[in-house]
Amino acid sequence: RFVFRMFVMTKTKKTLAKPNVKNIVLVDGVRTPFLLSGTSYSDLMPHDLGRGALQGLLNRTGVPKEIVDHIIYGIVIQEVKTSNVAREAALGAGFSDKTPAHTVTMACISSNQAMTSAVGLIAAGQCDVVVAGGVEFMSDVPIRHSRKMRKTMLSLNKAKTLGQRLSLLGSIRMGHLMPELPAVAEFSTAESMGHSADRLAAAFGVTRVEQDEYALRSHRLAKKAQDEGLLSDIISFQVPGKNIISADNGIRPTSMEQMGKLKPAFVKPHGTVTAANSSFLTDGASAVLIMSEEKALALGYKPKAYLRDFVYVSQDPKDQLLLGPTYATPKVLEKSGLTMEDIDVFEFHEAFAGQIVANLKAMDSDWFAQNCMGRKSKVGVPPMEKFNTWGGSLSLGHPFAATGCRLVTTVAHRLQKEGGQYGVVAACAAGGQVFLTCRLLIHAVYAVTAIRLSSACL
Amino acid sequence: MAGVRAVGILSRFATSKYSRLSGHGHRSLSMSSSLLARTYANYEIKDGVAVIRINDPNSKVNTLSKPLQAEMTEILEEIWGNSAVKGAVLISSKPGSFIAGADLNMIQACKSAEEVTTLSQEGQKMFDKIEKSPIPIVAAINGSCLGGGLEFAIACQYRLATKSKKTVLGTPEVMLGLLPGAGGTQRLPKMLGIPAAFDMMLTGRNIRPDKAKKMGLVHQLVDPLGPGLKSPEEATIQYLETVAIEAAKNLANKKLSVKKEKGLVQKLQDMVMGLPFVRKQIYNMVTKKVMGQTKGLYPAPLKIIECVQTGIEKGTTAGSLAESVNFGNLAMTSESLALRGLYHGQVACKKNNFGSPARDVKNLAVLGAGLMGAGIAQVTFDKSVRTILKDTTVEGLTRGQQQVYKGLNDKTKKKAITSFQRDTTMSFLTGQLDYRGFDQADMVIEAVFEDLNVKHKVIKEVEAVIPPHCIFATNTSALPIKEIAAASKRPEKVIGMHYFSPVDKMQLLEIITTDKTSKDTTASAVAVGLKQGKIIIVVGDGPGFYTTRCLAAMLAEAVRVLQEGVGPKKLDALTKGLGFPVGGAALADEVGIDVAAHVAEDLGKALGSRFGGGNVEVLKTMVQKGYKGRKSGKGCYVYEKKSKDKKVNPGVEEILKAYQLKPAPSVSGDEDVQYRLLSRFVNESVLCLQEGILPDPVQGDIGAVFGLGFPPCLGGPFRFVDSFGADKLVQKMHRYEEVYGNQFSPCQLLLDHAKDSNKRFHK
Repeated sequence: RFVFRMFVMTKTKKTLAKPNVKNIVLVDGVRTPFLLSGTSYSDLMPHDLGRGALQGLLNRTGVPKEIVDHIIYGIVIQEVKTSNVAREAALGAGFSDKTPAHTVTMACISSNQAMTSAVGLIAAGQCDVVVAGGVEFMSDVPIRHSRKMRKTMLSLNKAKTLGQRLSLLGSIRMGHLMPELPAVAEFSTAESMGHSADRLAAAFGVTRVEQDEYALRSHRLAKKAQDEGLLSDIISFQVPGKNIISADNGIRPTSMEQMGKLKPAFVKPHGTVTAANSSFLTDGASAVLIMSEEKALALGYKPKAYLRDFVYVSQDPKDQLLLGPTYATPKVLEKSGLTMEDIDVFEFHEAFAGQIVANLKAMDSDWFAQNCMGRKSKVGVPPMEKFNTWGGSLSLGHPFAATGCRLVTTVAHRLQKEGGQYGVVAACAAGGQVFLTCRLLIHAVYAVTAIRLSSACL
Repeated sequence: MAGVRAVGILSRFATSKYSRLSGHGHRSLSMSSSLLARTYANYEIKDGVAVIRINDPNSKVNTLSKPLQAEMTEILEEIWGNSAVKGAVLISSKPGSFIAGADLNMIQACKSAEEVTTLSQEGQKMFDKIEKSPIPIVAAINGSCLGGGLEFAIACQYRLATKSKKTVLGTPEVMLGLLPGAGGTQRLPKMLGIPAAFDMMLTGRNIRPDKAKKMGLVHQLVDPLGPGLKSPEEATIQYLETVAIEAAKNLANKKLSVKKEKGLVQKLQDMVMGLPFVRKQIYNMVTKKVMGQTKGLYPAPLKIIECVQTGIEKGTTAGSLAESVNFGNLAMTSESLALRGLYHGQVACKKNNFGSPARDVKNLAVLGAGLMGAGIAQVTFDKSVRTILKDTTVEGLTRGQQQVYKGLNDKTKKKAITSFQRDTTMSFLTGQLDYRGFDQADMVIEAVFEDLNVKHKVIKEVEAVIPPHCIFATNTSALPIKEIAAASKRPEKVIGMHYFSPVDKMQLLEIITTDKTSKDTTASAVAVGLKQGKIIIVVGDGPGFYTTRCLAAMLAEAVRVLQEGVGPKKLDALTKGLGFPVGGAALADEVGIDVAAHVAEDLGKALGSRFGGGNVEVLKTMVQKGYKGRKSGKGCYVYEKKSKDKKVNPGVEEILKAYQLKPAPSVSGDEDVQYRLLSRFVNESVLCLQEGILPDPVQGDIGAVFGLGFPPCLGGPFRFVDSFGADKLVQKMHRYEEVYGNQFSPCQLLLDHAKDSNKRFHK
């Protein structure tokens, strides 16, 4: 899980700048529309979407290609033909072929990893301008031959005589032909994430109704944000040779009755996680432009936010897979000397409604704080009026490695729109249950001018 | 017929009986019941569903005892009399135990078969009522659901089980020489089909939740939860309860049905089972198999077959009667008494009677990566103890590490653990050739070559590198510990830990203390053994300690028997006929002929002519020719991969011819040969108790059965003397003594028992 906190500063509040550490800023962020997989993007490849986001970033910011020092891109389910998808997407998007690019992966927080890697490069004085982002393409996933079949085929390559080849071919049995799908389960526990979310919801006593209500809230808020034109991080994407896509297509506010009709998707028959209260398989890409403050100012940018602190944590992958935000949020707050009350904008990644509600309950539980986190008292719950108010992964969609940048850009935009000062982003991820908290600090003045800047670019 | 689901029948009964039973409903509905605090079981009504919670206040597990049954009957009457209650849930408040079985003391207290039969019939009646309950009863199983607990659960209309590691279902009665006596033999065949029911009842094996679901033993599985707003255990029980209440409600309003569409295979199986001659064939086949495996020494499996057959062929009434009568009779057999004794003994030997050690062993080192050393490592590091496996050669170490990996990988293949768990577990083991990291060791167990000089060299080397608190344990099968400890600077930290091969399969650990071993050292060794999952006996020091000494006496006789012209195959048949799981000749091959020769010679020197009989030269010649037993491919038998039928090693036949003895006809009949073997074993055991090597008869029985394969149906040497009669045994021994001399002289303690029939080893 990945959490970002963004803070907007007023003159009365401290800047949270650190002595001897460069200020690092988010210049701007964009994303392609997020589409249900298997819809309009279905014939593309991952780097095509990545290309779209990167090109959009170039267009929107007008950053000169030759000053970009490095490009970092995240992806989870890799297309083997484009294993360094960062490079393929960057070249395709028209970035300089002299700009190095590398790909990172860290499950659902891959683009958070891309951004914090960028922060690290700049802080270390190695780069001044870095593009970070992420892409996920679930319309096509690598389905492999079985290991047995692969072994036979590889041996076939080495077979020297016709006889050897024939005997190898003769060894192929029905069992060899069974394809291998990409793992939908956690490698370490063999448990699927939906299953884990269902157990997590049960452990925190989260009911089906609570989950459906939360999911419905997400869809309604997303619809509202969409209608009001708040989702300005979206850049249009022309599917090559086809139509132009300019809006997300997974937002579907229905009713509690409709949602109540669905059967549990993972734990049967008594589970509570359904297709309607889980995030759906999504295609999409995102990108952000990160610079040192002095470079941004020198180039005449009005950055949207300071990127200040971030924390990654990890827990037991079996029972606490999706509890990262609860662990990381207090840590990042303590690191920056802020409290829950100081935060104006919360953007938490919504993997499952049950997981979000479970996290909120965990943050509200003294028992959990004392017995699982080694704290004296509970973390405290973010107020809902500040929480994911423009929708979230449940409604907008969750292209795994693209979500992180969306969360950060959304916090920046919400801070500007709502006039807040500090924001936090949090997200959970599979695998080591990595939970990254990244605190973004937005300077109010910059926030306002940044809007002007972006409109000028457009 | 067998395919008709019992639950299906029940639901029909349920509707017809409902009106009649609800007529009893004159009790006030004001939930007076929930105020009425009971000791073993209580209930509350939640949303029209009575949640019955079982919790034995005096024990870690729930057992089906008389007071629990009485309270349960009261509760059920109240619930059935309450028209507001539409369903019920039966659940345990204990995290690791649903109901672990019937209370064995209840059976122990009975004086006659008839009394036990009555007990069985009371259980049957209660479960029949539950089966015919007008409202659905859901058994919500978390933890052990065994024996009577399982019979309770299968009488319910619906079963839910958690997938917790602690959840196991099974009918282990057969292992206690009994049968499922509260309707199990009648319900299981109908529920699971005859073959699966036989498998379950005749093996007594534990069934994991996934398998139980597949077999149709439970209807629905619930995942255990992690920590949330409560501890994982509490959260899981609460979750199970919530799901069970939902199921009970859905059953009551017919949203959930217990009937399942049958697959084609199931339909075919039912059709085939519907044919009487097919069923007859099955009964015969199963009986034959049981006879083959038990040699007719265990009556319980045969009675289980009889009860199932009666129930299927003559109806449930006749079947239930057969069940209760056979249950009563079986409870009175010496076999059941012996097996129950072993059960209690085993429980006693899984406790640490020496208190908790001053420090926990967190880092352990094993010296020698041979079969034993690697085996010891194998049962240690998978309990999250950091383990070093040290050998002196790369080849030895590689072999040992392969053995360890294979053990874990086999578990992975059987899906007991995931490949990921296997890999993370492996990270607790370090293989090395030097003493790196020994400065952190809390305990070192050496399993190097059985030679006093080698052991002395090792102890000196190790003591130079280990911290002062570290315990030095030596795994030897015969060398006296005090002789090994003589080379130590700190004999109070030296102790013997005698493991049995293969270590991961054999349950026994024999711990040997010298008069210098400190109590804390012993406590620590026992704690490590318990962590390794061992059943532990703690004995005094002496040549061969307890187990090796008894075995050596019997093997000496076995060699003589071989010299007298009884072939290895015949010898094996005779010993197996007594109930030993492995024949005498095959056992020698397993132990290793070289080890046997070594032990025989050492003990012969130390304990004199009592260990005579067979000529040690026979074993020594075998070793010279390379017949070292299974490990060398040849011993008494020739071991070939893939070949199941062992062939007698012709080389051994030649050796035996060279050392041929003339058998004495008066004591060489089959039965006499058996008693010659058995009596030497038993006499040596009793002598160990007399000499104080053994602290008590219980540990003697446990050591003999779990370490050496002494016939479980006899319950161990001491139980055997009690049930066979010391006087009868002494008589036989005197006959053998006349022919062979002092090897058969009964020891004083045995003579005392023979003189006074009131003297018994077990009360």
